[in-house]
Amino acid sequence: MSIALRVGAPRIVPTRGIPYPTGDPELSPEQERAWRRQLLERALHAVATPVSEPTVFGGDPVE
Amino acid sequence: MRVVHYLNQFFAGVGGEDAAGTGPELRDGPVGPGRKLAALLGDEHEIVATAVCGDDHAATHADFAAALVEQARARGAELLIAGPAFTSGRYGLACARIATAAAEAGLPALAAMHPDNPGLAEAAGTSVIESAETARGMGPSLERLAAAARKVASGEELSIQDGRVGPVPRANRMAERSAAVRAVDLVVARLGGDREATEIPLPAFDQVTPAAPIADPADALLALLTEGGFVPVGNPDRLESARATKWIRHSLDGHDSAEAGTFESVHGGFSTQWANAEPNRILPLDAARELEREGAIGGLHNEYFATTGNGTTVADARRFGVEWAAELRQAGIQAAILTAT
Repeated sequence: MSIALRVGAPRIVPTRGIPYPTGDPELSPEQERAWRRQLLERALHAVATPVSEPTVFGGDPVE
Repeated sequence: MRVVHYLNQFFAGVGGEDAAGTGPELRDGPVGPGRKLAALLGDEHEIVATAVCGDDHAATHADFAAALVEQARARGAELLIAGPAFTSGRYGLACARIATAAAEAGLPALAAMHPDNPGLAEAAGTSVIESAETARGMGPSLERLAAAARKVASGEELSIQDGRVGPVPRANRMAERSAAVRAVDLVVARLGGDREATEIPLPAFDQVTPAAPIADPADALLALLTEGGFVPVGNPDRLESARATKWIRHSLDGHDSAEAGTFESVHGGFSTQWANAEPNRILPLDAARELEREGAIGGLHNEYFATTGNGTTVADARRFGVEWAAELRQAGIQAAILTAT
């Protein structure tokens, strides 16, 4: 995430690990699918939100 | 000298974004800003034709440049001038490509664009003259370009003083003052508050203006993109695992999920064991299809784009970004999720 901010990506959704941006192998398959869906919903919220500078769309801590 | 001038569809008066798919063509004489350029070039030079191509077409068909250069040569062109492209990415890429194609064909060429234009990195040693950021600076940009063009026409080399920007081929010369004297001068300048003075400018990340938000995701077509080295199993397009010089596209038709054994990651910068066990961890296709079925998005683009972000040069990455944006615009996509590893 710090790299995304530094190079100026306009809308950033933080995830949990470099090798699995839209997953988390620590979770059960059902929990992981729910987490992935939540990330996509955050991303959709981000692209529908006006921003003027690199902005992180983190949401509440999950699990 | 007989000059051919390159313009995009907008400055040639063909149209705006709706006409960005226009193919290459050659028109007689100067067009649009070419008229002012012709006046600035003076009586010794004549713009005999204007080469025109839509920005989307130029960004997605690299062969447009060779075709236009050939037509320019048929008109007896002795010099090709492209732009100014200001900070417009697709236009800058097109100017760089046609100037490079001309130079490779033995036709002297120069392009004009702002130093932040991603096209600058594509110019491959061809002369690029600095322009303003936007067309509001057209006048001074054309004056600088015309002065540089007259110099090139008379066989002189262009330097930073002429407004040359981007990579300049290195040449040895005798310095008037020793390295020690120049270094102390730079230290004194720094102590005096000058933070810009340098003999070796470092590459800088440009500032990108964020795109306007979409009104409602439920009406939007969404694309999935990734730099996670994400490929069909077996990597048929031979996407590189590091220092990628290209990107690939693959159809998502008939795929409800990124199944293990169908897709994999060839990224060389991390262990791909988790990605290959569950490829939706790199390209979230299962969740995107779910949102598509529920109507939370208007639709999912029928293909994904991927490259490998591992030691990839900023110049290549910029080019991928400009090409992806042009492709998505042409396909009518309003939003994209790019998963980054």
